[in-house]
Amino acid sequence: MTVQAPWGPEPAVKVVGATEAAPPQSRTGRKAPWWMWVAGVLIVLPLVLPLVFLFFRVLGASDAALDILFDLRTAELALRSTVLTVLVTATAVAVGVAAAWVISSTEVPGRKAWGVLVPLPLVIPSYVLALSFLAASGPRGTLATVTGWDVPVLDGLPGAWLALTLSTFPFVYLMVLAALRRLDPALEDAARGLGASRWRSFWTVTLPQLRPAIGAGALLAALYTLSDFGAVSLMRYAAFTTAIYAQYAGRIDRTPAAVLSVLLILIALVIIWAEQRTRGNAAYHTSRPARRRSRQRLSTGERIAALGFLVSVVTLGVVIPVVVLTTWAWRGARVGETVTIDWGAVGGSLVGSSLAAILAMAAAIPIVVLTVRYRGRASGWLERTVFVTFSLPHITVALAVVFFAVRYLGPLYQSLTLLVVVYASIFLAQATGATRASMLQVNPSVEEASRSLGRGPLQTLRSVTVPLIRPGLLAGGALVFLTTMKELPATLLLRPTGFDTLAVRIWSAANELFYARAAASALVLLGLSAIPLYFLVLSTKESSE
Amino acid sequence: MTEALPAIECRGLFETYGDTVALDDFSLVVGKGEVVSLVGPSGCGKTTALRAIAGFEPPDAGSVSIGGRTVFSEGVDVAPEKRRVGMVFQEYALFPHMTVADNVGYGVTEEDRVERVGEVLDLVGLTGMDHRLPSELSGGEQQRVALARALAPRPEVVLLDEPFSNLDAPHRDRMRRDVRRILRDAGATAVFVTHDQSEALAIADTVAVMRDGHVVQVGSPLDVYQRPADPWVASFLGESLAVEGIAENGVVKTDLGSFPVDGSVEGPVRVIIRPEWIVATPAANGEATVIDLEYYGHDQMLVLELAEGRRVQARVGRRPVLERGDRVDLEFQEAVVFPTD
Repeated sequence: MTVQAPWGPEPAVKVVGATEAAPPQSRTGRKAPWWMWVAGVLIVLPLVLPLVFLFFRVLGASDAALDILFDLRTAELALRSTVLTVLVTATAVAVGVAAAWVISSTEVPGRKAWGVLVPLPLVIPSYVLALSFLAASGPRGTLATVTGWDVPVLDGLPGAWLALTLSTFPFVYLMVLAALRRLDPALEDAARGLGASRWRSFWTVTLPQLRPAIGAGALLAALYTLSDFGAVSLMRYAAFTTAIYAQYAGRIDRTPAAVLSVLLILIALVIIWAEQRTRGNAAYHTSRPARRRSRQRLSTGERIAALGFLVSVVTLGVVIPVVVLTTWAWRGARVGETVTIDWGAVGGSLVGSSLAAILAMAAAIPIVVLTVRYRGRASGWLERTVFVTFSLPHITVALAVVFFAVRYLGPLYQSLTLLVVVYASIFLAQATGATRASMLQVNPSVEEASRSLGRGPLQTLRSVTVPLIRPGLLAGGALVFLTTMKELPATLLLRPTGFDTLAVRIWSAANELFYARAAASALVLLGLSAIPLYFLVLSTKESSE
Repeated sequence: MTEALPAIECRGLFETYGDTVALDDFSLVVGKGEVVSLVGPSGCGKTTALRAIAGFEPPDAGSVSIGGRTVFSEGVDVAPEKRRVGMVFQEYALFPHMTVADNVGYGVTEEDRVERVGEVLDLVGLTGMDHRLPSELSGGEQQRVALARALAPRPEVVLLDEPFSNLDAPHRDRMRRDVRRILRDAGATAVFVTHDQSEALAIADTVAVMRDGHVVQVGSPLDVYQRPADPWVASFLGESLAVEGIAENGVVKTDLGSFPVDGSVEGPVRVIIRPEWIVATPAANGEATVIDLEYYGHDQMLVLELAEGRRVQARVGRRPVLERGDRVDLEFQEAVVFPTD
């Protein structure tokens, strides 16, 4: 069994030796047809070329670049980004591990429901979480209006910290939960049998085995925090991403933005590299499918503490956002503020996300065929490229595309076509991840049968392979649709004039403190997200039955 | 015009994966209408050979021709879809999203499809199953569909990769007979790959025994079983007992007794005796004692101990009725002798 993280292209944790009836995938057979390789390379070029160009541009501007690099303000930015990343990662690990352990290993009441509710903040964009805390706090905020207390505004570092912790702890939670489910309960039982207390066995036996999962989750959280633009900008916490945006938007010379982007990309690459390594190691400790774990009994006090913890996590991550957004939207409507649904933005979101999803599904086919059927060095690089471009901060990728497009693409710059291509390229990894899972279930013999019955490679792809991987393709498409709809920085940088999405609307309204208007758009966004989410849940249910 | 040409001709195929040699000078000629089984222990390269013929895995060197047409050699590598080879896979590899009729008609041209599909489904005994999906069929039925699909485009040859290994024993025997009949009715040339020596002997006109990437013996089932090319083939194809001996003047002397031998053999030899070549007759002071016996109904296997403590196995018919401890006299009816040096 593999656990597919909903945001990631790869199975989050690979289980070594698990009895999955997947057919053998690659025999040293024929080489892939040349046009498949051409397609594969063409698919990664739209992001690879601009990123390469960005590096050369910065190298070309070396003097100016060095000045900016050693500027004190750059050092300050680095420090601020680091502080935020460390704080968020630490709390995300604490919350994620605790929640995973309580839900999977204790007899806390309502475990099934908590299992659904706790990871829910994952589908709420970070800027929506930030918006709801801003709208809840402060003298005009929901809390103040309801209670009449004097509530300070929750922004800056504490605000960004809270919003991003809620956005990122589900990564840790899901990874640790998967690891806990695979743990051999006999080990813990053995420790208890040798006289260790519950705590001692947790610290000395369970936790060390969870370390790779925690590490991978923590690095994902760190990467997400470092890359986040929406929450930090609304919370007015100056970090790398916001500085890049400010330099890009406010200056004629865009070299500083390019330099900061390259710096951020390099930091992100280190984290991605470390995360991949940890994730690779995450497989070693797994064992055969474990029998059912016996769950820890809880005393009344412990039960109350555990429940209190879960309630506050869900309150902060789900209840407050939904309640606050609803009250603001409703209140705004009552005082006659223009909170009518902006159909232009809804249309923009739907059009952009649908086109991106379709394009990503089409592009996923050759990539998955190459990486699954024709495993090798070249296809390995292709796979890595797709994954890395997905993991880099979107603002840096978008900025690279802007530079490249202004210089070489002329009319394509700020066109819907370019925006959709960038969306599809960034989120391609999600489409290939889901499709890959389907592809692994297709026995290569089926394709060989088609070949020996007289059909060429393209006809075989069309009449056999694609129909068989359709469930994965559709799931991947739904995932791309979902994430594209939430996408903010790339949209801000690359959207055509007059093209609006809900994400942009929410962000700019919140930025100008029009919380009611932002809240209404945010509710629409969450509502629209529920549609692909519903299909995703449905498709995973079907495939597991 | 091509009547005299063999259906398949493989010459000197070589293939290596990294350090392992899968094919090592593999050569095989299959005549038109012949049913050949390619048998060998697992890992001997038999599936690789089949895949080289089908065109799924081009070998490193050698040549393959099908129906007199060169499909692989230096500078020639015909794509699988142009080789006119029907393939039946171990796991059948039916298209799960297509009905039986669509599966079977997949390799047939549009205009012949309906007629040909009906014809082959009749041949394999699945008349009227056209609209079923593979998932609604039993293992044996899936097997028939796979065979029908491979036969439908009237290929030059049909290749079958361990076709019965996914069926349980009672079905397997029946399927084996059916497949043999279907292939004969279709007049097809076929190559089976199997690791099961009794299956190999039972199904084919010709058996090709493979080891370490090449064919070590080709012959009729009777030939390869009764006159194995070497002791390894002898023991691979069936139970056998090996004893060392010395050949001198047309007689081999061993611990078990003396056997007549072709006069050209002299010196140290290994004598191979199959359990059914031994006749055991009850005798009050027989030379061997029955230590154990397994009674199968149609025959029985005796474990016998000779005077010096040496044990041999003998397969005898329903009779004589023996018990543990009974004494018997032994007669060795046949033996195969290999010089050892």
